[in-house]
Amino acid sequence: MTKPKMFEKPSGVRDYLPDAVTKLKYIERQSLNCMSQWGYEQIVTPSMEFYDTVGMASATLDHKLFKLLNQRGTAMVLRSDMTAPIARVASSLMQEAELPIRLSYHANVFRSMEEDSGREAEFYQTGAELIGDASPEADAEVIALSISCLQAAGVKQFKVAIGHHGFLHGLLEQYLPDQDEVQHQLKQYLVQRDVVGYRELVQELAIDEVKKGQLNQILRLRGGIPVIAEARHMAQEESVRASLQHLELLWEVLDAYGVAEMCMLDLSMVGDFSYYTGTIFEGYAADQGSPVMSGGRYDNLLTQFGRPAPATGFALKTTRLMDALRLNEAHQASLPVLIQYDEWRRAEAFQEAARLRAQGERVITRRVNEEEQLEEVERRQDQQLFWRGNRYQEILTFVRFLKEHV
Amino acid sequence: MQDWLKVAMPKGRIYKQAASLMREAGYSILEDEDESRKLLIELPEARMQFIMAKPVDVPTYVEYGVADIGIVGKDVLMEENRDVYELLDLGIARCRMSVIALPDWEPGTYPRVATKYPNVASQYFRERGQQVEVIKLNGSIELAPMIGLADRIVDMVETGTTLRENGLIEQEVIFNITSRLIANRVSYRLKNDAIQKLCDRLQSQIQLTRS
Repeated sequence: MTKPKMFEKPSGVRDYLPDAVTKLKYIERQSLNCMSQWGYEQIVTPSMEFYDTVGMASATLDHKLFKLLNQRGTAMVLRSDMTAPIARVASSLMQEAELPIRLSYHANVFRSMEEDSGREAEFYQTGAELIGDASPEADAEVIALSISCLQAAGVKQFKVAIGHHGFLHGLLEQYLPDQDEVQHQLKQYLVQRDVVGYRELVQELAIDEVKKGQLNQILRLRGGIPVIAEARHMAQEESVRASLQHLELLWEVLDAYGVAEMCMLDLSMVGDFSYYTGTIFEGYAADQGSPVMSGGRYDNLLTQFGRPAPATGFALKTTRLMDALRLNEAHQASLPVLIQYDEWRRAEAFQEAARLRAQGERVITRRVNEEEQLEEVERRQDQQLFWRGNRYQEILTFVRFLKEHV
Repeated sequence: MQDWLKVAMPKGRIYKQAASLMREAGYSILEDEDESRKLLIELPEARMQFIMAKPVDVPTYVEYGVADIGIVGKDVLMEENRDVYELLDLGIARCRMSVIALPDWEPGTYPRVATKYPNVASQYFRERGQQVEVIKLNGSIELAPMIGLADRIVDMVETGTTLRENGLIEQEVIFNITSRLIANRVSYRLKNDAIQKLCDRLQSQIQLTRS
């Protein structure tokens, strides 16, 4: 590789200029505030973890983990999500804390991306985890919270699709017992979103036509609560029935929260993350090509850290939500005040600035040395005040050579 | 127009067959529309907008969600490897991806393969444990073995006429190709009803044609 140019930065990382930061902070503030109102407390964990602990536990594919070596040669990872680090904390530092534990976070996470793929190698996630409650009530709580957060972050039109890990796995086991290879291949097609491949493989299977029809029918189990009744016709295995029961109860709770109309069931959904064990869900916003939120239940993850406990949670893809947000929605309401001063009335000007800042105003100060400098301030036709391209709500002048305010 | 279905249509070889299938399924898009220079075509009665795209760009439009669904050959899907739903095999524009060589081909020390599909070619040979140098060309791939740029090529074969005319032999079929209906992963959920309806209509039309 040639030596990078001075302004170059590694691919996949980006600078956030003030306008972008305004949006980022808005989403962070709004959603963390929302989580706090639901009793979730924010925690911060290190960017770096051991490969053998959090790295291994995380659901990110090994080649997508951002790996590095420390000075002793131990393999490290930059965290790829916050779920595994939180599981580590809940099992160690917070070991004595009684369940359920409600935690929230806002953090940058890292993925190792192929050169020039244009995908982000570092991005932000804001999320919540509810540890120690296996009930449909808990799943519904995090889904309803995620919806509140999306709304608070300014997303107007969205939909949350909900599925269940146990449904598909159980149903394939029921139809194709002891055919692990075929089951795996069918799931793989669904993970890759290759419906054509799935149907072709079903067609080739040595089972009767009715079963084939039902395996294909799984793909159509999408929509409102009637989907559950439809799915019950196929379900014989206990685990499949249990997952449908869980979803039905979950839907009831969502209905009580008043958010069921923003949700849909999708029983063909397979979680992208391998640690999901139960309910899985994804949020989609209009005009965004990929999901803006995802989450699910991961009842086995904490066991890996030595404190077996059920858990469920979600993460907002904060960086993607930034695209959906208009700048004027995120902007602070008031414009800053400009205070101009000269050598002689400096203390007076700073006192005024301090007074205004104490009132919550944003104040920028400017020293002027001669009268001509005051003329840089322009009052445009619609009475808007500008100085060097920036707009101000008010401009105050503290100078001895000119006593009036502009 | 936000709730309209945006459909990326491939210009060129596949277009006529794709458009006629759409027409048979009840969507009145013109079969020679791609000859005009219009890039966007609206079908208000069906609440659809067609985006006339270069075939290799169709999966890109769909992945990024600027098109909700699209029609594209399996060859492009395999090469581009985009994160989209592959919903339906349309059974049109049938052909195959093959390894092609001169009749007197024998394995060389530094085998070179010319192709328009570098990802497909690399993966194919890698999976067979063969180390080859893949050379990306943008057209007239058949020329490569004839003038000694590469000893084999990986390319799409429809009837095989071009190969025969140039004295080339089809060594092995890598996979069969037909056109597919693909969907964006968000649209697949947010515009579920419209996409499912289109899918069903196309599917029953395909079955009708087959039987």
